[in-house]
Amino acid sequence: MGLSTERLGLYNPEKPMENRITDLGPRHFWQYFPPIIQNNYGKWKYHEILEPGVLVHVSETGDKVFTIRVGGCRFMTVEHVREICEIADKHCDGYVRFTTRNNIEFMVDSQDKMEALKKDLQSRKHVSGSYKFPLGGTGAGVTNIVHTQGYIHCHTPATDASSMVKSVMDELFDYFQGMTLPAQLRVSMACCLNMCGAVHCSDIALLGYHRKPPIVDNEVMESVCEIPLVIAACPTAAISPTKTESGKKSVKIKEERCMFCGNCYTMCMALPLSDKEGDCVTVMAGGKVSNRISPPKFSKVIIPALPNNFPRFPEVCESVRRIIEAYAEGANKYERLGDWAERIGWEKFFEKCGLPFTEHLIDDYRLAYDTYRTTSQFKYTEAAWNVSKAVGGVE
Amino acid sequence: MAFEPREDQKELKYDELRIYSDEELNNYTEEELKNFKVKHDISMLEDLESGPWPSFIADAKRGALHRRKLADDRMLIERDVIEDMLGQLQISFKDGETHWKHGGIVGVFGYGGGVIGRYSDLPDKFPSIAHFHTMRVNQPASKFYHTDYLRSLCDLWEYRGSGMMNMHGSTGDIIFLGTFTEQLEPIFYDLTHILQQDLGGSGSNLRTPSCCIGRARCEWSCIDTQDMCYELTHYYQDELHRPAFPYKFKFKFDGCPNCCVASIARADMSYIGTWRDEIRIDQEAVKAYMGGEIAPNGGAHKGRDWGPFDIQKEVIDLCPTKCMWLEDGKLMIDNKECTRCMHCINVMPRALRPGEDTGVSILFGAKAPILEGAQMSLLTIPFMKCEPPYDNIKENVIEPLWDWWMEEGKNRERLGELIQRQGVSKLLEVLNIPPMPQMVKEPRSNPYIFWKEEDVPGGWKRKIEDYRARHAR
Repeated sequence: MGLSTERLGLYNPEKPMENRITDLGPRHFWQYFPPIIQNNYGKWKYHEILEPGVLVHVSETGDKVFTIRVGGCRFMTVEHVREICEIADKHCDGYVRFTTRNNIEFMVDSQDKMEALKKDLQSRKHVSGSYKFPLGGTGAGVTNIVHTQGYIHCHTPATDASSMVKSVMDELFDYFQGMTLPAQLRVSMACCLNMCGAVHCSDIALLGYHRKPPIVDNEVMESVCEIPLVIAACPTAAISPTKTESGKKSVKIKEERCMFCGNCYTMCMALPLSDKEGDCVTVMAGGKVSNRISPPKFSKVIIPALPNNFPRFPEVCESVRRIIEAYAEGANKYERLGDWAERIGWEKFFEKCGLPFTEHLIDDYRLAYDTYRTTSQFKYTEAAWNVSKAVGGVE
Repeated sequence: MAFEPREDQKELKYDELRIYSDEELNNYTEEELKNFKVKHDISMLEDLESGPWPSFIADAKRGALHRRKLADDRMLIERDVIEDMLGQLQISFKDGETHWKHGGIVGVFGYGGGVIGRYSDLPDKFPSIAHFHTMRVNQPASKFYHTDYLRSLCDLWEYRGSGMMNMHGSTGDIIFLGTFTEQLEPIFYDLTHILQQDLGGSGSNLRTPSCCIGRARCEWSCIDTQDMCYELTHYYQDELHRPAFPYKFKFKFDGCPNCCVASIARADMSYIGTWRDEIRIDQEAVKAYMGGEIAPNGGAHKGRDWGPFDIQKEVIDLCPTKCMWLEDGKLMIDNKECTRCMHCINVMPRALRPGEDTGVSILFGAKAPILEGAQMSLLTIPFMKCEPPYDNIKENVIEPLWDWWMEEGKNRERLGELIQRQGVSKLLEVLNIPPMPQMVKEPRSNPYIFWKEEDVPGGWKRKIEDYRARHAR
């Protein structure tokens, strides 16, 4: 039976439950493993990155699988997927894989096939000139940015995702195709605090953030939202019930208590937050998920707000590059960005990255005390002298 | 070895399933693509076509051109859907705001998840995306595919939807971006009846589980991540499709502590492969690394000259527990002191391998910042053998945990927040496990212990008269 082509296909709206199949789950993975993977499942002995984007895994059986990793956009059309299929059919007996970070992996079982595949991939470009399948994303470099939907499909974003990722990856392209950093560096991007892509443990996290309190749509509040749920949704108790002049039930916002999390808007469409001037990009850094050497860490806010400068986000690109360059210069081999910042001290991190330290970066939410420094150990930087000068402690 | 599916898998052949002919699939020339103009002003988007990184705009344009050249009866939603999406995106850039409306409850009968309703707030300007619902399609574990399957999905989705998708969404699903309400059920029927494929999760339910590449192509995986992911996804289909939880719940399976799917940061229940015997050492290979014959870290640092490999500096001194040393040219490891951070194994994959007596560590409660701040998962179960069908995990861990959370969790309260609110001791009670020092970074520094009456000799019932008999007022 082929895919159906009638307007409603196999579905009969007169009898919606007829022939309904449910709870099938995903298809089984084993059939999608190419023979080289099936034959060597659980027998892999070691791997080596031959060059950026090219890996070989060697099995106890002596078999080798060559993998070419290429960057991909999370957003793709069926045209792009079909081109991926064309490549997979041509070189890989129809098998292909996607990584957690939206890269695409093509696997072959010999060096010759790998060389032919590589040449093919490198030759494919969009008519506007950008690569379709850039090799890279391996080893001590920058791999693809995982991200969220942004303006393409989401109702809560404080910025756009695909465009920022495209711009930042253009900026970091040499790092994607090189392995020149002290360790791998993971950049992640989320358009709002909901973080449907969890960016909170990334070496560098780019986060869309609202900065204006919600506007109350009094006209519809009582008819479209459960007011008690809206009130309960606010983590700082900034929302309270009120009545409009015309007697409609609504809510009022204690604006100075708002931390702009947007949870109220998630609960209630009558409280929009987005705003051209208010919405911005917050940059966080120093997180990781690997347990290697040091435990996983959260990313820390290092730039409170950069402008949503569509479509290329020059300020974001420039800041990310600056941070990575300082890290590349200063960190030891194997040291992740956060480990480097902790070793040299965050005061030195700000100095080396040339980033201003503003009051926004000192935590004032719950458990803020955990981040206060309670020791006399510190390093002298310009920021420290500014404090000393301000109180007349030095000239 | 081979893994067997729970039910026979229909063999999918694209040539038998396809909707479009080769002529239809190749219906434009490169020259036409170069000259193609989208019907709306997309000047800001076109700025994103240059530069080396793959341009999603360039891709969208070819999707749009392809649609424009298909015959009228060869797609069931509007032809202009990609062009309209681009047009709206341009306006969103200009306005600095999204133009998608809040919410919208649509779905397929009997499921409470898998479809996310979406409507444009500029439907007059962009009528083809007035409805733009997302469908989440549950990906095969670790995202290996065959083109027969992918091409069939593409035909289905171009015919009945926008032809725009995500490979993949953050949680792991294949995302179909944008179709009209009328086509949701037909797509679901074709998926289930013809492609033997189900939707993924959304809403307050079990979200589509995901896993790392595991033993399929990684020498470090301590568990069969795909099989665990597949089995638990299938076993808990009801929880995945019919929201009955306080909020979302995520399983993620990492084969080793490198955590390539970031389970520790984003899963309510993080499974991390580990071992309890000794790191396997090949002393000959250690010597080869020391002699510079093998590039360290699988060649990950080849792009820069870091000087000759120094095992003392790069491995032994960086070991977080300092449990390694050299003795007569041999690398020694005090495995009792090892915390399995993977650094030495990462640096010398040909010399060191994880042990062979493997299982999982289970951690609970990770989540993104909404609402009370981000959390990482709490190490709760140090080691657990895991053999299919994983009954020990289902019965002793998952189900008591869900019972507790469904009983006590507040609306939109993630597991990690419930653990914080009711305390780790409650979690231990629910799982019927004793406490261990491994659950904390350090013991508490305040003595505000919530003693229970039964913990204290003599209980709490006392009489003030007795007290006053000893102490004048």
